[in-house]
Amino acid sequence: MELLLILIIGLLHAGGLYMLLRRSMFKMIIGLILLGNGVNLLIFLLGRLTKGHPPVIDGNAKIFSEIYADPLPQALILTAIVIGFGLQSFAIILIKRVYQVLGTDDLDELNSTDEEI
Amino acid sequence: MNNPYIVLPIILQLVAAVVLMFFWTKTKAQKVLSIIFSVAAVLVAAYLLVEVWHSGILITQSGNWKAPFGITFVADLLGVTLVLVSSIAALGVSIFSAGSMREERLKFGYYPVFHFLVMGLQGAFLTGDIFNLYVWFEVIIISSFVLMTLGGKKAQLEGAIKYVSLNLLASSLFLIGIGFLYGLTGTLNMADLSIKIKEIQNIGLVNVTGGLFLVAFGIKSAIFPMYFWLPASYHTPPPAVTAIFGGLLTKVGVYAMLRTFSLIFGGDEFMTVTISIIAALTILGGAFGAMSHRHMSKIFGYLIISHIGFMMVGISIFTEIALLGTIFYLIHDIIVKTNLFMVSGLVLKINGTQDIKDLGGLYKSYPLLSLLMAIPLFSLVGIPPLSGFWAKIFFVEGALEAGDYLLVISVILGSFLTLWIIGKVWTEVFWKKGENLPKQANGVYFDELPPIGKWSMVFPMLLLSFVSLYIGLGAKHVISLSQKIATELVDPSSYIQVVLQNQVP
Repeated sequence: MELLLILIIGLLHAGGLYMLLRRSMFKMIIGLILLGNGVNLLIFLLGRLTKGHPPVIDGNAKIFSEIYADPLPQALILTAIVIGFGLQSFAIILIKRVYQVLGTDDLDELNSTDEEI
Repeated sequence: MNNPYIVLPIILQLVAAVVLMFFWTKTKAQKVLSIIFSVAAVLVAAYLLVEVWHSGILITQSGNWKAPFGITFVADLLGVTLVLVSSIAALGVSIFSAGSMREERLKFGYYPVFHFLVMGLQGAFLTGDIFNLYVWFEVIIISSFVLMTLGGKKAQLEGAIKYVSLNLLASSLFLIGIGFLYGLTGTLNMADLSIKIKEIQNIGLVNVTGGLFLVAFGIKSAIFPMYFWLPASYHTPPPAVTAIFGGLLTKVGVYAMLRTFSLIFGGDEFMTVTISIIAALTILGGAFGAMSHRHMSKIFGYLIISHIGFMMVGISIFTEIALLGTIFYLIHDIIVKTNLFMVSGLVLKINGTQDIKDLGGLYKSYPLLSLLMAIPLFSLVGIPPLSGFWAKIFFVEGALEAGDYLLVISVILGSFLTLWIIGKVWTEVFWKKGENLPKQANGVYFDELPPIGKWSMVFPMLLLSFVSLYIGLGAKHVISLSQKIATELVDPSSYIQVVLQNQVP
């Protein structure tokens, strides 16, 4: 399971970075989304995977007697997903607006704010 | 010591933002309410500073979960000082916006978003939890995205694309860093991290994590190889927005670096050398960039970068004296940079352009106003006894003590180039004989404003100039404050002890 996750995380990061380096604005956003998902899985993996031991205490015990899955990484990922969702939807609206105003999807043509002295 | 009132600055801004939303189209009411809330925020922050100064670090545990399990809010001197300074800057911008912001922008929720932005800043300064710091950063950037694109002009949208994409990338890197830290130590509380990170054998992995944080905060605070988004985007939104961005946003990155490198990473030689080279190149890169431009806001944008380099000097050397310089410079820079962008906004309002080649003769037509604008300009250079001067002494002293001559040279050269640039701006804009510029059809000029409109642009500059004069002339107080903060940063044991209370082994 760990190996599979590692491969997926690597693939998502590589794909995200590749898309970020493309010239199209739309592909850049896709790259950011892929990267965001890769990071979420990374946190999940780094929080250690524990199978079949939910963090629920037995009815007649006071404390955990055996190992249990750490619930914190899942809370972190949930927060990160929600935040990422908000930011990504803003970014998508933004590129739609930019496309309407400037009429181009090519990042190389968005250089007027750099060039004017 | 427990004190639940330390979250008051955050809650006050939240309440302000929510209340202002009820006055969505009533812009007059929004202006008045925003200024009232901002004054209240300054008072609350001043109260907190006095409280922390007298009784030491204050904490509050959210939901009464003991640290390191819950999210802790920590008000130490560094955090509280920055809360006070940033709320003063925010008060200035709030008044300045009332005079300079166009009605259309105000009707689309400029003020509520502005208060959300300030809330994010206060939260970042007060939190003691690294993931919570990430959340506050996201609050800051989403608000800044909205402020940057509000109005939807062509240049604004273009600048926003660069700003948004790089900031999202930085957030992802920050999150990867947090994931690594959690995987290594199993905790997110910064005080707890500080203890647990020392027990880790695998130094390489800790350094990689430190590098991720350096890059993430580096993009946000615009240090050397990662600053190109700043001059491409900061001059596009209206002057009031640029003032709050230039004054505060990059400084949160510096604050986060100070915090993480004092508590979690730090003391590592590789990092020290890397940061010192980055600091030198940031100082020079920013200064050379500023020399090559003619647009006032762009010049000041590059100067932000150059002066972030100054603050990196303290982070790199990490001795008490150099950190004293960094803290002093941070306090001075927030006030002066906010003021500086207001100056460029006022120049735009008077003449309709920010190109220093076309401008001129401002001293002749507005002598008193020019005198007022001279204060932030020359405070920035640090002509003694104005505020920029004192910090640079500590930088040079700290760098000489550490034997880092590259930094000594770049600090001195950087200050000299800043002087050259400000001298150029001063002669071109204020002394040179002015020509009559063609009036632009849209937009209201400064002369045509009613007296209250004029005062709402001049008063915040008076306020911030007064504060920066105080920082310069009353340097003794600011230095003793910065000294105390620097001591706390070099030896964070009291921070750790207060946060973790009795659980320290």
